[in-house]
Amino acid sequence: MRKLLIWLPLGLFLGFIALFASGLFQPDDRVIHSRLVGQPLPAFMLPAAASDRPPLASAQMATGQPRLLNIFASWCVPCAAEAPQLLALKQAGVPIDAIAIRDARPDVDAFLARYGNPYARIGLDARSAVQIALGSSGVPETFIVDGKGRIAYQHIGDIRADDVPMILEKLRAAQ
Amino acid sequence: MIAEIGLAALWLAAALALLQLVLAFTGLKGNKPDLLAAVRPAAVAQGVLTAIAFAALVTLFLRSDMSVLLVATNSHSAKPWLYKFAGTWGNHEGSMLLWVTVMGVAGAAVALFERALRRDTHMATLGGQAAISLGFYAFLLFSSNPFARIAPAPADGQGLNPLLQDPGLAFHPPTLYLGYVGLSVAFSFAIGALLTRQVDAAFARAMRPWVLAAWVMLTLGITAGSYWAYYELGWGGWWFWDPVENASLMPWLAATALLHSVTVLATRDALRAWTVMLAVIAFSMSMVGTFLVRSGILTSVHAFAVDPERGSFILGLLALYIGGALALFGWRIGAVREGAPFELVSRETMLVINNLLLTVILGMVLIGTLYPLMTEAFGHKVSVGAPYFDRIAGPIALALMIAMAVGPMVRWRRDNARVVTKRLVIPFLIALSLSASLSVLAWGRIGILPFLGLVIAGAVGVASLAPLWKRNLRRTPLFTYGMVIAHLGCAVSLGGMASDSAFTVEKLVAARPGDMIQTAGWQLRFVQIQPIAGDNWTALQADMEVRRGGAPVMIHPQSRFFASPPTTTSEAALLTRWNGQLYVVLGEEVEGGRWQLRIWWKPFVTLIWFGGILIALGGALALLGRERRGWLMKWRAKAAMA
Repeated sequence: MRKLLIWLPLGLFLGFIALFASGLFQPDDRVIHSRLVGQPLPAFMLPAAASDRPPLASAQMATGQPRLLNIFASWCVPCAAEAPQLLALKQAGVPIDAIAIRDARPDVDAFLARYGNPYARIGLDARSAVQIALGSSGVPETFIVDGKGRIAYQHIGDIRADDVPMILEKLRAAQ
Repeated sequence: MIAEIGLAALWLAAALALLQLVLAFTGLKGNKPDLLAAVRPAAVAQGVLTAIAFAALVTLFLRSDMSVLLVATNSHSAKPWLYKFAGTWGNHEGSMLLWVTVMGVAGAAVALFERALRRDTHMATLGGQAAISLGFYAFLLFSSNPFARIAPAPADGQGLNPLLQDPGLAFHPPTLYLGYVGLSVAFSFAIGALLTRQVDAAFARAMRPWVLAAWVMLTLGITAGSYWAYYELGWGGWWFWDPVENASLMPWLAATALLHSVTVLATRDALRAWTVMLAVIAFSMSMVGTFLVRSGILTSVHAFAVDPERGSFILGLLALYIGGALALFGWRIGAVREGAPFELVSRETMLVINNLLLTVILGMVLIGTLYPLMTEAFGHKVSVGAPYFDRIAGPIALALMIAMAVGPMVRWRRDNARVVTKRLVIPFLIALSLSASLSVLAWGRIGILPFLGLVIAGAVGVASLAPLWKRNLRRTPLFTYGMVIAHLGCAVSLGGMASDSAFTVEKLVAARPGDMIQTAGWQLRFVQIQPIAGDNWTALQADMEVRRGGAPVMIHPQSRFFASPPTTTSEAALLTRWNGQLYVVLGEEVEGGRWQLRIWWKPFVTLIWFGGILIALGGALALLGRERRGWLMKWRAKAAMA
């Protein structure tokens, strides 16, 4: 017993060293992994945000093939910057739905007229309630929703031009 | 030229450390007194050389020699001289040079002034000190050279982090390092004693003053650091459970435990293995803290140069020194006889309780600090914040305070439980009346921990004076006064903490010049806002006239802009009264020409740091008392011989 106690500090310390070494040599993980990946979309039913697009409900997202759900706002500058990438994705045949956060219909119309409209349906989340339920902390963010209406991926921030192949790859994986 | 002198001194010191190590151990092994005779001079020369290297770096900073990389990246010629001076250790390389300087000078002090220790243990201790110094010299010379040149030399430097441009920087790191690194002496003593198998009362008596001295410095350093964070960061808090703060608290907890167990060993020859263990742990905590801060393994507000290569270097040193010491402990301590036994109701038991509680707090703080690392190893990222530490450490610390009050009332060796209970009647009555009056005055308005904190602070404050009860105050030894004052300081500090969290009033307003603000019995008139300029900054300054009854006083919270590097800091305005502090921070301008103002009234908050100073003062008195007694005894013996 006493013998064990004598060597216990050294044993504990070696454990700490192993911990330190693993912490030191582990590459820094700068990607935030969403806890909602693999979970079904939270249920929502939103009014239309734009004059020429239908409203959006969560049930409409489970269409048998993967879709993108883009969280944006007309007042958001990076959203304007990511618009060309979303248009490119639409050209590639990807169906995209959107939720406009804390927005107003005339503003959304003006935004879409100016930067292009890649969206099939747009819901208006005037109080950010759905955004919070989705675990999204800002605009823009983009979710990949698989054919069964489950979240397959969450992209935080704007989609850059070099992110597009990665998004397409993830969409294929979500088939 | 100066940089080269500094670098040469550093290399020479490293070579001497190697020599000292080899001399001490070959001398001890082969029992060669002529080899051993050179150990002490080597240690002294090493101390002098590190001091020269440090003075060289200070000179380079004072002269703003921009051809030295470290000066160019951390200083600026327009800085006031005090910050050029203090900027020497406001960066990774400079602070590591301060570290080895303290280590070298402490080693020299052990060589010069240690007389009580048996000669072979003394030599082994100096060998141990040389061994640890060697690793840190290597770290400095191979991966953090403070004297590296830069060519071509830039026209001017990049400046010092403005948060560090504060007189506190001149005082806080050096005292903290004296304590932090001073503990290396205790570590070397433990190594020496294990090597020569001299773990006894005489060894403890020799080690005690070194532990006390380091502990006093560490206490002062932590107190100063806490006050600095309080007024410089402008968040109104005084302790943030930041990894770097924890890195200074953990050695302090271990050193406090060591201070008490070494007394048991010195007085009663008990707790032998445990005391040696604590001596190893105390400095190990200093090294672990340094590793955590410098490797960038944990994120912290004290962002130092983060570099995985340096991290691996320090990790190697940790593994070598702490692992080596613990292995030596396991190998040798079995041969140390168990110390003297003691009864259940005795001072020894109380000190064991003290040690256990301190160790538990230490363990909890360590786990909390390393928690992000542990969870990351299992694939999650979670860190624990102040609520964890408050909830875990708070109750144990309160229990510790009670043990602290009871301990000095119990006799060494054996005491009568009934008599001890009688001695506790007065503090108990005080606690009762305090809780009754607090319940009536502030029921439901203060949390349970602050409530208990106030009650225990009052009772323990009185109880800590008990060792002076019915004694001839002029014949009471100085170290008893030291203990009383240090314990009283703990109660005073606790009172300040509890009062701050129980009674602080906070108000956030957006005010225009000319507005009148009322809070907690104070009237503040926002007179005007005006730009002012300092040596290397400009500021927007609010002039406010404050009064609480009586005559008005002007205070000036500022928002400062530094050009190099471009940063804004907020300079809180503090108005100290006997019963608390008014703390005003100037925030951003909001629409309509209004300014955000954050105003706190913090009753008795200054007691926190006043208590800290009392604790350090108590330690200093105890040190002086023990040493003076030694000198007196020696003098008397000499007089008797004559």
